[in-house]
Amino acid sequence: MAETHSLQELQTPPASSKIFIQRDYGSGTFCRFHTKLPSELESRVDKQQFEETMQTLNNLYAEAEKLGGRSYLEGCLACLTAYTVFLCLETHYEKVLKKISRYIKDQNEKIYAPRGLLLTDPIERGLRVLEITIFEDRSIGSSR
Amino acid sequence: MLLLLLGQSDHTTHTGEQSDMKNCNYQQIDPKALPMAVPSQSHPPSQHEVQEKEERQPENERRKPRRKWQVFPGKNRFFCDGRIIVARKSGVLPLTLGLILVTTGLFFVFDCPFLVQHLTVCIPVIGGVLFVFVLTTLLQTTLSDPGILPRATPDEAADIEKQIDESGSTGHQSPPRTREVVINGQVVKLKYCSTCKMFRPPRTTHCRVCDNCVERFDHHCPWVGNCVGKRNYRFFYSFIVSLSFHTAFIFGCVTTHLALRAQGGKGLVFALQKSPGRYPLHGESSISFTFFNSFMSYHADPILSLTVPFTAVELLICFLSVWSIVGLSGFHTYLVASNQTTNEDIKGSWSGKSGGETVINPYSHRNICKNCCSTLCGPMPPSLIDRRGFLPEDGCVQTGAGDLELPALTTGNDTNVCTQGTKGLLESAARSPLLSSSCPQGKPQPVQASTNNHLIVNSDPSLELSNICATTHSTTHSSPPRQTQAHSPPPRRTKTHSPPPRRTKTHSPPPRRTKTHSSRKKKPSTVHIPDPGSGDPAPPTSANAHHQHHHHHHHNRSKSRGVSPRH
Repeated sequence: MAETHSLQELQTPPASSKIFIQRDYGSGTFCRFHTKLPSELESRVDKQQFEETMQTLNNLYAEAEKLGGRSYLEGCLACLTAYTVFLCLETHYEKVLKKISRYIKDQNEKIYAPRGLLLTDPIERGLRVLEITIFEDRSIGSSR
Repeated sequence: MLLLLLGQSDHTTHTGEQSDMKNCNYQQIDPKALPMAVPSQSHPPSQHEVQEKEERQPENERRKPRRKWQVFPGKNRFFCDGRIIVARKSGVLPLTLGLILVTTGLFFVFDCPFLVQHLTVCIPVIGGVLFVFVLTTLLQTTLSDPGILPRATPDEAADIEKQIDESGSTGHQSPPRTREVVINGQVVKLKYCSTCKMFRPPRTTHCRVCDNCVERFDHHCPWVGNCVGKRNYRFFYSFIVSLSFHTAFIFGCVTTHLALRAQGGKGLVFALQKSPGRYPLHGESSISFTFFNSFMSYHADPILSLTVPFTAVELLICFLSVWSIVGLSGFHTYLVASNQTTNEDIKGSWSGKSGGETVINPYSHRNICKNCCSTLCGPMPPSLIDRRGFLPEDGCVQTGAGDLELPALTTGNDTNVCTQGTKGLLESAARSPLLSSSCPQGKPQPVQASTNNHLIVNSDPSLELSNICATTHSTTHSSPPRQTQAHSPPPRRTKTHSPPPRRTKTHSPPPRRTKTHSSRKKKPSTVHIPDPGSGDPAPPTSANAHHQHHHHHHHNRSKSRGVSPRH
């Protein structure tokens, strides 16, 4: 009986829905996401908190794509070596992406998971969207 | 990365235990960085799910974990277990490679010994360096990901469809499948891609040859057999610039060689050392003089009989191609300086007026240096398609046998185990960016013949390739030059053998140069694959019926490819 029940649990869709934060192209093709809190999350998470998370993420992406001395140096060095350095070394962008994934994990642990939310790293969606999964609390019996 | 699951498996938990669950789950979060490192771990057996898991485990052990490149939906081929990506159609890449290798080979065999003897040893060294540079950049252009955008997941696609329906029902003026954004004060329209099921970011175009949306799409170049986009534009640019130098260098060396031979070898060199100005080696007159003398000495000296024809061949190839390559380099230098793509240039996106208002390029930094630096020396964006990541195993067998991406449980708690099961399902939903038809909800789906997508027989007509070769964007330059910057009109365009039906706009067709195609060396006639626009508006599918959505997706693809749906 218990096994059947667990089988059912696996086969019935888990109660979750997803919302997507889209990219903000207002300043060009740089990676930025909208920081406005979606209406579905208003009851779940503090607006300030959410905006802070999004702003930090945007700042991290801006850091990755920044055109500055370091990126130019990297680019020129790569050009001189016929871009073979890209095969060997980790680029600045990749380093920042790792930082971003750590940040998201951290935010999930501290803020969003207790509220029944899960942020998915945008790199897993090709930097198109920030996916937020909203979990229903079955035991309480609420439904969306 | 694990999912945190709440409210699951209430057959084992009370409310109080749920917080324990959450805490346990926190500790089980995988600290590894994404997207590459996905641990594939076997699921520990449990009392509750012993049936399920034991059924699955032998399967998992039997089958290898599959990587994402094996189910990549675009028309690409992968080598070295996903490390190398090429477009399915290699175009005339073999010809490009062949011409470069043959000409350089002939140069080293026939010209270098003579020139080393008579001039300097630097010549083969410089030639070698240039050759290595050309080959490296060519291979990097061909074998790298041009900036492919992964297709939207079913959830994303459903969300977008819902938004489109909503906006359609409110009676928006603009067609439902476009979105407008304002970038740096300029209105830009984003089109909906029916293949990838998303609104394309700015400067992104869906390449029909590769069946992928490519970011900052420049053009699909048949000469390198790949799209040129955000990630490999700098390789492409380096390739054509270094090729210009290489071609010009060989041309110069070969001319020198022939001239020296014609005018008598060592004696001439000795004379040159005394008075370098007296015997000009370059210029039109010296070339014809050289040829005349070469032919004369051909008859006189049997040793020359082999060298001269080959050298003449080299000379011919270099002479014909140097103009086109140098012209192409010049054109792309202009594009880089104004931060435009070939695609935008052809369409005239940022020139002229639209609706009475002058349009400006919103991406340009208004500074040539900054434009050049940002395009060529900017940070290298990563590949978004995660070729070598592992496919998650979920309830949908259509993903094939991936390992369950669940962490090894430290606690043998039944609660955790149950949550693990559903957690895994959700995780698979979260981690399947490439599977356009992955099932996010754990419903048992019929086994999809999820064979390697890249093995799909390309049913596109082979004529497409000739069309691609034929369609060029010369005509934009036959119209009054919009660009105010000084750049020589690129002669490399429209080397069409016959005026083919143009897929681009209405321009006067005649090619300016009608050189024969066969004698052309590496003239990358940049081909524009025009933006197919919004494509066929796919009828909105119900977000609930994943199965139907899956069918629909396959049907759509089969429509466009003529391949029967794989089920």
